[in-house]
Amino acid sequence: MNPAMRYLVIVGDASEAAFVYTGGLAQLFYRSVLALFASPLKRGRSLERAIHQAKLGGVGAVPIISLIAFFIGVILALQGAYELRTLGAMQLVASLVAISVTRELGPLITAIVVIGRSGSAFAAEIATMRVTEELDALETMALNPVTFLVAPKFLAMALMLPCLVIWADLMGVLGGSFFGVLGANFTFASYMTATRDALVLRDVMTGLVKSIVFGLVITAVGCQEGFSTGPGAEEVGKSTTRAVVISIFVVVVVDLVFTALFYATQGAA
Amino acid sequence: MTDAPAISARALRVQFGEREVLHGVDLDIYRGETVVILGGSGSGKSTLLRTMVGLEKPHSGEVRIGGVDLATASEREMDSVRRKIGLAFQSGALIGSLTVGENISLPLLEHTGLNPSTIDVMVRIKLEQVGLSGFEHYMPSQLSGGMKKRAAFARALSMDPEILFFDEPSAGLDPIMAAGIDNLILNLKEAYSMTMVVVTHELASAFLIADRIVVLDRGSIVAVGPAKELRESTHPRVRQFLDRVPDSDSDDEVDHLRLFTEGA
Repeated sequence: MNPAMRYLVIVGDASEAAFVYTGGLAQLFYRSVLALFASPLKRGRSLERAIHQAKLGGVGAVPIISLIAFFIGVILALQGAYELRTLGAMQLVASLVAISVTRELGPLITAIVVIGRSGSAFAAEIATMRVTEELDALETMALNPVTFLVAPKFLAMALMLPCLVIWADLMGVLGGSFFGVLGANFTFASYMTATRDALVLRDVMTGLVKSIVFGLVITAVGCQEGFSTGPGAEEVGKSTTRAVVISIFVVVVVDLVFTALFYATQGAA
Repeated sequence: MTDAPAISARALRVQFGEREVLHGVDLDIYRGETVVILGGSGSGKSTLLRTMVGLEKPHSGEVRIGGVDLATASEREMDSVRRKIGLAFQSGALIGSLTVGENISLPLLEHTGLNPSTIDVMVRIKLEQVGLSGFEHYMPSQLSGGMKKRAAFARALSMDPEILFFDEPSAGLDPIMAAGIDNLILNLKEAYSMTMVVVTHELASAFLIADRIVVLDRGSIVAVGPAKELRESTHPRVRQFLDRVPDSDSDDEVDHLRLFTEGA
């Protein structure tokens, strides 16, 4: 086989694997949606589990996301001010922070923190259950692992991610105002007014729409990696690592696609 | 025993990749009997059990429970079969994030629609049956190995199954605990005349609880019969197993070497 052919084969195999993997994620999502529309008894139990998951993965993430988003706000303001100062346009710091945080960094940073906390936990939980035969036990009790474990996680993440993003947006803006008040001639009130004037609803909405998809991606990848783990403790660790790395990659790809779409539709308007 | 068998396996072959683990197993298990599947490590006994409950798919042949072929059953048929069986796993396989009580009530909550107070009472009864009264609020990680096994029995019993499967019920337990488990199985047998399938390599416990013993060796059944009949078996592998004689592979190697050195 000549080198060009070999290269082509490698690319082909990798693409096929990527398609199969994505198909697996979609199937997991589809089966979970079906499960949520199953009998009312099961739906009630799924809701209970979703609330439990939302507390763990959502409410539990608030302190760390607050801190990180606040610092990111300060950093953005500092970096922006560095350049804006030379132009004598320090008053634009507020809008720079507001727009970058709500459109991009809020959702992305939130997603990355949630991947680290919940995506990895999903993979580790399900992989451990595979290793300790707990998944087999569920199956022999006629309890579908997807209904029991995955569907509540999808529900919790799709609801919690947007909530966390709104909170992260607020904390990012507060971080920006921290610099604005101390380092640029804003008062807290004038910074907030400048932020409000800079933002349109669309900025926040695009971030929220993205974040729902991020939540679904994080759940799907985490659970899929958990289910496909091999035997033994080492494999659980590997699955967890893969879940984190693949989730970050897929979240960035989804982010790119959505940002491009938003840009294209906005450009037409 | 003219009834249709509760479980029947026909020409059952199971493969993992290229390696065949069961080479055409035929076995009928009748309602109300306790069958012990006896075999050494790697004999395929756990695989046979997992195939009988539908956790492994046979490569060829079939397993029927109550007439339903597990390989071709729809998800709905499979679920109705699963509600009639209970499986106590070797390591317990209790759901680690739930308490012992929640583990036992799980199938009841999901499948029955009984009200919570009834379920609570049932959980307490099941725990009492296995000698774990008062442990419903413990997490599985707080229990010893033997207690986990007993909690797993209680969970397997929770739906009052027609057929109960045990995977190595006394493996890794001290003799007193193991005897307790044997007693538990005997009690269940007397009280409910349940169909029970027990996979084990413990000879004493096998002879104590079994109506019939199936000896599995390297993926094939080498003997089936009542305990008494089996004790008098002359089949070399059965004898070797019952008399606890080690495999002679290592002797063969020594003989082989001696042949070379002495011949020279």
